[in-house]
Amino acid sequence: MSAVLVSTTVNGDTVEFACPQDETLLDALRNRVGLTGVKEGCGTGDCGACSITLNGRLVCSCLVLGVEASGNSIETVEGMADGNKLHPLQEKFIEHAALQCGICTPGFLVAAKALLERKPNPTVEEIRYALAGNLCRCTGYDKIVRAVQAAAKEMRKKK
Amino acid sequence: MAHDYSYTKQKFKVIGTRPERPDGIDKVTGRAKYGADATAPGQLVGLILRSPHAHAIIKKIDTSKAEKLPGVKAVLTCADLPDLTGGNRDLQNILENCMARGRALYDGHAVAAVAAVDAQTAKKALKLIKVQYKALPHVTDVDEAILPGAPIIHDWVFTRGIDPAPTEPSNISQRTQFGHGDVEAGFAKADVIIEKTWKTEQTHQGYIEPHACLASVGPDGSGELWVTTQGHFTFRNVCSSLLGMDVAKLKVTASEIGGGFGGKTHVWMEPVALALSRKANRPVKVVMSREEVFRASGPTSSTSVDVKIGAKKNGVITAASAELRYQGGAFPGIWAMLGAMTSFACYDLKNVKTVGYDILCNRPKVTAYRAPSAPMAAFGVESTMDMLAAEIGMNPLEFRLKNAAKQGTRASYGPVYGPIGIKPTLNAVKNHPHMRARLGKNQGRGMACGFWFNFGGQTCVDLNVGIDGTVSLTVGTIDVGGSRAAISLIAAEELGIPYEQVKTNVADTASLGYNDMTEGSRGTFSTGMATIFAARNAIEVLRERAAKMWDIPVDAVVWENGEARATGKKHGNLPRLTIKQIAAKAGNTGGPIAGHNEVVADNAGVSFASHICDVEVDPETGATRVIRYTVVQDAGKAIHPDYVEGQFQGGAAQGIGWALNEEYIYGDDGRLQNPGFLDYRIPVCSDLPFIDTEILEIPNPNHPYGVRGVGETSIVPPLAAIGNAISNAVGVRMDHVPMSPPRILKALDDATSS
Amino acid sequence: MHHVRLSGQLRSAADNLEVIDVTADTIRELLFNIAERYPQLDAHIEAGIAVSIDGEIYRDNWNTKIPPDSEVFLLPRIPGG
Repeated sequence: MSAVLVSTTVNGDTVEFACPQDETLLDALRNRVGLTGVKEGCGTGDCGACSITLNGRLVCSCLVLGVEASGNSIETVEGMADGNKLHPLQEKFIEHAALQCGICTPGFLVAAKALLERKPNPTVEEIRYALAGNLCRCTGYDKIVRAVQAAAKEMRKKK
Repeated sequence: MAHDYSYTKQKFKVIGTRPERPDGIDKVTGRAKYGADATAPGQLVGLILRSPHAHAIIKKIDTSKAEKLPGVKAVLTCADLPDLTGGNRDLQNILENCMARGRALYDGHAVAAVAAVDAQTAKKALKLIKVQYKALPHVTDVDEAILPGAPIIHDWVFTRGIDPAPTEPSNISQRTQFGHGDVEAGFAKADVIIEKTWKTEQTHQGYIEPHACLASVGPDGSGELWVTTQGHFTFRNVCSSLLGMDVAKLKVTASEIGGGFGGKTHVWMEPVALALSRKANRPVKVVMSREEVFRASGPTSSTSVDVKIGAKKNGVITAASAELRYQGGAFPGIWAMLGAMTSFACYDLKNVKTVGYDILCNRPKVTAYRAPSAPMAAFGVESTMDMLAAEIGMNPLEFRLKNAAKQGTRASYGPVYGPIGIKPTLNAVKNHPHMRARLGKNQGRGMACGFWFNFGGQTCVDLNVGIDGTVSLTVGTIDVGGSRAAISLIAAEELGIPYEQVKTNVADTASLGYNDMTEGSRGTFSTGMATIFAARNAIEVLRERAAKMWDIPVDAVVWENGEARATGKKHGNLPRLTIKQIAAKAGNTGGPIAGHNEVVADNAGVSFASHICDVEVDPETGATRVIRYTVVQDAGKAIHPDYVEGQFQGGAAQGIGWALNEEYIYGDDGRLQNPGFLDYRIPVCSDLPFIDTEILEIPNPNHPYGVRGVGETSIVPPLAAIGNAISNAVGVRMDHVPMSPPRILKALDDATSS
Repeated sequence: MHHVRLSGQLRSAADNLEVIDVTADTIRELLFNIAERYPQLDAHIEAGIAVSIDGEIYRDNWNTKIPPDSEVFLLPRIPGG
């Protein structure tokens, strides 16, 4: 199966790569674009560690083909900080000890950012359901939910 | 230099504070490098072919077509992994688990491997390997495996621990026994006896990061391994033994680890990756799929446990016994022994006896999972405790308090306890507002206790003072959940410098002396202890250097708040020397300033926890929801309380998943039917409430700061706490974990019809 | 002289005794002395053993001193998760 030249935008930059037609966007981002912050926990869309946004929509990159990225816009955890200024979610995750091993953290951050863009003042229940597609095995989610609440508050203050 | 391990009631400046972890930014920006994130020039992709049979003779493996496929650089079978173990049975078992040797022992057992230029080619090559199997009868259930006529997994396993030694092979690899007193006499004195069998299904540690490594071995026998592991030094020893390499010539680097919980204390495909690399003479990266993780890397045991407890009407337990049958997968283990040791450890018992049977099955080799084997034993014991309390009409909390182990109690596993914390955790539960919160319809509250040993082990630390007075700390235990922060705090505390001036790094095996695995809740306990002593050694050097700079006797120099101060009438007026000033002159006063420590940190201090749980059961569907949860546990001393709370919460969440949902489901064909997160359902964010924590600090007498291990105990009580809560909510006693909706519904139906 | 208690499966290697009397100042001396007297225990010591002294479990440090009148208990070495 021959490779396809894919031209796409990743975290605001134009990126081109040759991608076999059956390769997932997750593998393409990790192995061809070098964005290993996008993690693989299952490869079947069950764990959310590979969460990215595709044209602003939250998706599991393991369920998208690399060639589908063509002409679209992708955001990953690597694009969350604004230069040397961390995104409030990133700050609050560190401050609230919302990560232990940290493997699920990129996916949680991307999913939480998508939530807060849609809903700046979510209830605890809304946070929990919005993040139900992201698995964390270390924290019991307690400090993750608190960090998202704190970040939401911080972001509302800035607006 | 000999150091004193004893607890000293030191007054703390930074211990117990909650600074940000030093690896935080790397981990929120995607920069941190985990097992699958490394690359090497010319790297190949390694994949493993696995048995679709639960038990089968491998008659023939034809690799010729795969070898001829363009882009394939190595194909491997057990023929490429000769037995170099010198008859060491433990190592032989590891070798055989890495790659089947003539017989596939479980669904998912590795039978061959390939390395190719890319994933597409490697996948094609796997399909071209032709394996001829002859299926054999199999057994996957722990109780069926010991029935007469059950297929024998290994003809070399004869039950150990029975007298006289048996002459026929058996699936029971060992019988172990613990206890004291006379249980028969004790039961004769009881007014009430409860006797019941409890079952738990097999669960997986479920770390989100699959096993992954990048191996590189050259023809000169030197190699490197980048790997996600809880013990890179142990991996180095095991891999070099299996492959006939010199230990010093294999450098193992621990990547950041995406969760372990015991499952990354064992090698699975790492020796295969090294062997592929050696054969291809190219770096080889092997990353397990989630399905491979479930089918072929260490879950914990499924169990069947008989518990019998007798008590007087006044609540005093007169005798307790348990027979514990733990399935360890296809190789002998010690899992039932651990269950037998921990089962009654919370209680002060005059007469107690536990017998463990370690049992072989056609399932993947079991490995440690957080407080290994304790949760299943606690499920049976703590559920029986509640039943017995109800039978004698006593509050279950008071019943536990009445029988709680205390200092001087002979533990059910043998020794006499020093200062311990089960009673304080029970009293904290008693006083907790959670215990008085109102419950609604179909809601119930349960509580349960848990015990775990905790371990120390071989540890070493290098502490180097930089020319600007900042401190780099080189450690050999890995950072599973924030231990770099805790260890940096300890160095800052001892040296009297700000936390921000310390940077803790995890060293590879070539850069530091041997360290045991990061297991047994030992990371912060033992590396923390070595750090204290390394820092004290460095302070000695700093005092000597200050004395030289002042040209006064070292005895006249004390170390205070990160500075050298000269004392006495003669020198007292000298201006203080900061660590920075001393470091800047190190080249003129004797060279680099460092402190080292190598220690065997025994005595991690046993740990106890009591949990409170409220559930709501939907009688229509049998679904159970945890609506409130509180963990009370003794930490000895919490170095960084955020990460101690995190351990409490994480263990409780894993226990909740185990109690309600998680289970390995095998078909009649002996194949695992749910090797994925969709069908093996671990708790998600919307399943859980906030998990409250209360940290008790009963100092461990054998650590300078009083630290105990904290990582594991929190997974022990949840199974029984939830079972007890369900019983109080809807009046059915669940004796089989997971207490999934179909099981609860059946219990409710059975209760209605009887 | 210490009364050293043995956990279940170690007893079968020591004539089924629950307690054996041994004189020893350190764990190393203790293990050496009991292995000399009960050679079958040597296999258990090789396989891994832990020594509890007054309730504190030592898995590794054989230099550990055994105070007079302390309670000594031998049990199998155990791993964590």
